Amino acid sequence: MALELQGLSVRYGSFAAVSDVDLSVADGEVVALLGPSGCGKSTLLRAVAGLERAAAGSIRWDGTDLAGVAVHRRDFGLVFQDGQLFPHRDVAANVAFGMRMHHVDKADRSARVDELLKLVGLEGYGERRVTELSGGEQQRVALARALAPKPRLLLLDEPLSALDRALREQLAVDLAALLRATGTTALVVTHDHDEAFTLADRVALMQAGRIRQVGPPDEVWRHPADDVVAGFLGCTTFVPARADRDLVTSSLGEIALPGSGNGTVLLGLRANALRTDPGGFVHGEVVQRLHRRDHARLLVQLSGDGVPSGPVEAVAPVAGAPEPGDAIRLALDADGIALTGLAV
Amino acid sequence: MSNAAPRLVLLLLALVPVGFLGLFFAWPVVSIVGIGLGGSGVTEVLTSGDTWRLVAFTLGQAAAATLVAVLMGMPLAYVMARCKLPGVGLVRTLILVPFVLPTVVVGLAFRSLLPDGGVLSIVLANAFFNVAVVARTVGGLWAHTDRRAEEAARSLGASRWRAFTSVVLPAIAPAVGSAAAVVFLFCATSFGVVLMLGGARYRTLETEIYLRTVDLFDLPGAAALSILQVVAVIAVLLVGAFARRRRETALKLRGRTETAKRPVGAEWIIVGAALLVVIALLVPIVGLITRSLTTMDGWRALAGTGDEGTLEVPAWQAASNSIRAATDATILAMLLGVTAAVVLSQLRRGRAVLGETLDLALMLPLGVSAVTVGFGYLVTLGDLPFDLRTSPLLVPFAQALVITPLIVRTVLPVLRAIDERLRQAAGTLGAGPFRVWREVDLALAWRSLIAAAGFGYVVALGEFGATSFLARPDAPTLPVAIARLISRPGELNNEMAYAACVVLMLVTVVAVVAIERLTPAVGEF
Amino acid sequence: MTRTARLAALALAATTLAGCSLVGGGEQASSGHTVTLVTHDSWAVDKALWADFQKTSGITVKVSTNGDAGALTNKLVLTKANPIGDIAYGVDSTFASRALSGGVFAPYSSPDAGKGPQRYQIDDSHRLTAVDVGDVCLNVDTGWYAQHNLPAPSGYADLVDPRYKGQTVVEDPSTSSPGLAFLLGTVKQFGADKWPDFWTKLKANDVKVDAGWDEAYTQDFSGSSGKGPRPVVVSYASSPADEIGDDGKPRTKAVLNTCYRQVEYAGVLDGAKNPDDARKVLDFLISQKFQEQVPGSMYVYPSREGVALPDAWKTAAPLPDAPAQLPADQVDANREKWVQQCRTLLQG
Repeated sequence: MALELQGLSVRYGSFAAVSDVDLSVADGEVVALLGPSGCGKSTLLRAVAGLERAAAGSIRWDGTDLAGVAVHRRDFGLVFQDGQLFPHRDVAANVAFGMRMHHVDKADRSARVDELLKLVGLEGYGERRVTELSGGEQQRVALARALAPKPRLLLLDEPLSALDRALREQLAVDLAALLRATGTTALVVTHDHDEAFTLADRVALMQAGRIRQVGPPDEVWRHPADDVVAGFLGCTTFVPARADRDLVTSSLGEIALPGSGNGTVLLGLRANALRTDPGGFVHGEVVQRLHRRDHARLLVQLSGDGVPSGPVEAVAPVAGAPEPGDAIRLALDADGIALTGLAV
Repeated sequence: MSNAAPRLVLLLLALVPVGFLGLFFAWPVVSIVGIGLGGSGVTEVLTSGDTWRLVAFTLGQAAAATLVAVLMGMPLAYVMARCKLPGVGLVRTLILVPFVLPTVVVGLAFRSLLPDGGVLSIVLANAFFNVAVVARTVGGLWAHTDRRAEEAARSLGASRWRAFTSVVLPAIAPAVGSAAAVVFLFCATSFGVVLMLGGARYRTLETEIYLRTVDLFDLPGAAALSILQVVAVIAVLLVGAFARRRRETALKLRGRTETAKRPVGAEWIIVGAALLVVIALLVPIVGLITRSLTTMDGWRALAGTGDEGTLEVPAWQAASNSIRAATDATILAMLLGVTAAVVLSQLRRGRAVLGETLDLALMLPLGVSAVTVGFGYLVTLGDLPFDLRTSPLLVPFAQALVITPLIVRTVLPVLRAIDERLRQAAGTLGAGPFRVWREVDLALAWRSLIAAAGFGYVVALGEFGATSFLARPDAPTLPVAIARLISRPGELNNEMAYAACVVLMLVTVVAVVAIERLTPAVGEF
Repeated sequence: MTRTARLAALALAATTLAGCSLVGGGEQASSGHTVTLVTHDSWAVDKALWADFQKTSGITVKVSTNGDAGALTNKLVLTKANPIGDIAYGVDSTFASRALSGGVFAPYSSPDAGKGPQRYQIDDSHRLTAVDVGDVCLNVDTGWYAQHNLPAPSGYADLVDPRYKGQTVVEDPSTSSPGLAFLLGTVKQFGADKWPDFWTKLKANDVKVDAGWDEAYTQDFSGSSGKGPRPVVVSYASSPADEIGDDGKPRTKAVLNTCYRQVEYAGVLDGAKNPDDARKVLDFLISQKFQEQVPGSMYVYPSREGVALPDAWKTAAPLPDAPAQLPADQVDANREKWVQQCRTLLQG
């Protein structure tokens, strides 16, 4: 393992921002720290960078304890949410900064700057002032700057969240490709699960200073460790169920869910867990209807034994979507269901 | 831990200004006040009605002068911040001239303008000195506040005045508060002006301390009053610190060009008001220049030592002394002030109390009577291995005490406005703590460092209170020589004094122009 | 500006800085024969003579000025344990008792003391030697009175006469040494209990009180360069010598029966580092050569007998015959009380 955290805790006075965290990042792996704001994920990242003191536990790189190693000797690159480019230097000088600190000679520096600007899609931007760049361009430069000295670990602190939505999605894809292409080992902090799932090989879910679950995106998405994690991953309604050889039965009907095994489980329902279906098992009345790009989203008051008492979300095709007040029938859709509290 | 080393360095750095302040300020002041407190009569002074009337008058005239300075400074600040007009740069420069004129000269100018002015002339003269502080401090922040907020308020139907009071004023209030606190401090402790214009009738704590120390040798009384003065000064500084804290956290800089426009409509009224203020400031200055030009004798005499050898050295040599002392003082004050600013800017998180205390301690020399410090030197500095009491070096030391707070005030806001994460980014890219300072702090703040040095230099050039007390007759500075020329009979001495004043103003203007060319208006002055 | 130009400017600035520092300039190395003369701000001396003395005697004299006579005395008393110099000049008769009772000076009887200075002796143990004598008197602008067809005031009594209302400017006794001398003159004239009555009337007659001699004489007095509005001022008996008109006649005159005498003394400081050379400097201060330039440079009369006065002084500034003076111990005991009384009276 390249990076290894053991029992790491960080405190601000009496407040424990990070509590007893164990986490590892393998060589070439991208791990995302996902959690709501204030959960301690940025603090954890800053502790790895050497910007915060650990109150307890250890941070190791290839087995070496980093406790006595100062920030500038860790060889970790860091990208902030808002770039934090040096405003008094042009793009090329920003990118070259780290190499200058590492005494890379001038010709090599300039070649590498060109290479990196090309990599982040900003070829020919070298002499621009950083204040003239758009937000997305600034983030690309920040990334190039962090990558330039070939850090052994790249730390990204909400690298895309200051950008607008369309740009964010595009840049997330670019960034994922770039990290794979360069084989960079990286730890990414984000509160956005789309971003985390796009970028990461593994996702670590953080809540209140602790890591609740670590796993590949697909596993975390389908099998959140508990209702809190599931809640953070978009599950709004929870329904108890019984699984019998991957067939799950609940008050909302039966559905086949691979991997559910046998026993008692908890279904976490996302917005798309219920679809309108004339032959559906569940009855309900539409309370509200909202139009989305490619479907209609409904809020439905269910009726029947043991169904959730509050209104639940459901989706309908745009064409012929029911109106509020309509009585409808709904059926479960495996894509919108997360399985928590997995029976053993 | 990795943070241990910088923390130790920070502590050692803090020792530089703290040590200097302790040796050349706290020790002398505490000693002389201690001698006074050992005598009898302290409680009588403190319980006397006269003393409290004195306190009331001191604070009252300072408050009035501060109000006048703020009222005069605001239109100037507006023009400097918001108007794209020819001559604005010149105004920025010109308004600094009063700030560095020797008090004795300003006193004379106001006496001839308002022969029986009394309180009014004291208030006006004190305000005259300090308009620049208000205009430049407020203008500096105003130029960098977002114009769109006002435009939004106007589009929501606010009148120009409502937009000002509800949007602009809250944004610049911290700068106004901070400037007002500094001006109040200067006015409450102003000496020459009150002595000259107040005559026997009007006294302040500062003149009374001087009187009791120097003329009456009533050290207990002086000690009692000094303590009152320090208490009042600390109270004012705390108010100022509070205002500044709000300002610095709110500092979101924008370039000046984005916010400056050609004035339209009713804005011309404010431009007109600013013009009136400039004219008012120029009246005494122009008066001085005309007087100096009525005859060329004074100018020719600058090469000599005045009527009957009034001066020990030719006036040009006094000018050279001024330049040399101001240079030493500036170098010393930069060392102290920048060190202090670096320490203060690093102490922000979790150590606010420590930071504020150091900040306050650095400002105190502005609020303690020069005579107290000077007499303190007499009773303490003789115990040092090198007897500095009659050394010419004492002059730059004392000047450094005066200008260090101004340098801290100029540099600190800039250092504090640098995002900590910028330093961290440099750190993760492989820069050690000193390299970070060089590559980030210094690279971003060098203009304001030069501005601070230039401004400190100009103030040191004009410094009169402490300098007149400490300068040796064979090494007078220009303001001291001017005061001496004026205080001695003979037409030629007078003419020379006015010519020398004009020289001093010219040096100031040249220095200020040089600073302005180099630097943008960030920082307080 | 380009980056290169900026760097060049910085380099230029740095070079200039290096050349203009006091530290860089430094103090010239002092030989073993160095004497520090502590004096007041009015110290002035003929430069050629002063240089000549230092050359022939081999003594380097460093001069340190310390405010007016009062400030000088106070500083000497404060630093008695570790004196700031070797010799002091400028403690006057008004403050002499404070310095003497403070034990500031060491006894020394200069060989030339008998040639005049002895006349002003105030201390039996010869700790102070008189160097010069000055008289603070009312000065009147004779031209102004001729123009206004009024006889010029001829004594204290005229100052409170309604005819002379608003014509007098005096200095504050708490901030000015001529002001203090004038106050002491009125104490001598009217007595320790009656002088406040005089000052009350003076105030009622619209006297102007300035903080210092500069403003009073050069700005408010009509007879000097400032051409102020008031024709009567408290100044020195010697002042008219500086106001000689183009016709060779003085424009102003001192009212000789209002003069109060101040004698300025020099003395070797107790605990001086170099008392031997300090004594030589003191000898020089009352030498014929030094005494001859005393009127010209410091506007006071020499203490030495048989020293010729400048021509202008003979006509415009004769030494008053019978100036007033109070006993030093009486002044020392009451100075602060009288000054406070006077201030309260003027402020009320």
